[in-house]
Amino acid sequence: MDDRLDTRSAIKDTLPTVFGYLGIGIAFGVVGKATGLSTFLVVLTSLITYSGSAQFVLVGLLVAHSPLLTMIFSVFLVNSRMILMSTTVARYFKDESLLKNILIGSLITDESFALSMTKLNHTGEKLNFEWFNTVNLMAYFTWAIASFIGAVLGNLITDPNKFGLDFALVAMFIGLLYLQLISDRSINMYLQLIMIGITLVLVFVGLIFIPSSLLILVVTLIACALGVILKNAFF
Amino acid sequence: MPSFSFVVLTIFSTGLVTWLSRIMPFWILRKVKLSPKVIEFLSFVPIVIMSALWFENLFHQNVGYLPTVDWPNLFASVPTVISAIISRSLLVVVVVGVISLAVIRMYF
Repeated sequence: MDDRLDTRSAIKDTLPTVFGYLGIGIAFGVVGKATGLSTFLVVLTSLITYSGSAQFVLVGLLVAHSPLLTMIFSVFLVNSRMILMSTTVARYFKDESLLKNILIGSLITDESFALSMTKLNHTGEKLNFEWFNTVNLMAYFTWAIASFIGAVLGNLITDPNKFGLDFALVAMFIGLLYLQLISDRSINMYLQLIMIGITLVLVFVGLIFIPSSLLILVVTLIACALGVILKNAFF
Repeated sequence: MPSFSFVVLTIFSTGLVTWLSRIMPFWILRKVKLSPKVIEFLSFVPIVIMSALWFENLFHQNVGYLPTVDWPNLFASVPTVISAIISRSLLVVVVVGVISLAVIRMYF
């Protein structure tokens, strides 16, 4: 990752994540097809609902003939962490037009968020529309194409996870977490390590009683609050 | 599977709530200035969210009971973390991660 914010640099920065989108996107296509969605509806879900894990939840609920409101609420809960991510990113686009802000927001994902936060550490705390929009568009189209491939191959692949592709996104979060750890100077390194430990404990404890749809949001809210307290008390 | 039109309606309604979660902060923050405390709070979001998205994949949830460990993902995380420290390259990390899990799955 370098300090440039042009299209070229964005493409280079996004390439590693493409594997992740391909793996999970194909998996979604296969699962969607297996549960009875047509290829058209699989791709439409990826283009319109566009929300990774929430799409798997949605397909599960559709098969169970859940009421519309249940599905809307579930998808909202799974994606509620987007509110926190968008809030974190929006500060860097205050000087851009409303339209550009909405375009960036419309296609923001866990991965483009994580990439942008790592990028900040290389660019002297700056982001721009060209870079972020390119990252977002690559993600969006890779995701749609991957879902399409998965849906078409649906009957051929019985176990899309056999090749380890489902780990691509997890590996990417590990990589981004490490890059964040070594390059983010706004938070002390020891405090960052403590935060990772706190998050591990909160995820473990949270899994006992927090529904998975809310887990990431609740854990993030609690851990960030603890982070502020620790920072002011000890760092 | 419900009817075609119901599925389309579902896709567009869930798409709308997802879109609103994504864009509302961008719209609201043009009018509202965040206090320094909130900005400090948000500065912890990246490290916490990335950790949480990783750790969530290391366990299986059994509501009401302790989570069980996803051993393949945990084992695959070890070479992945090491490759991150050595290479500092996302591409290398992702490739090492995928190969690690594929190899582990062959033996489990």
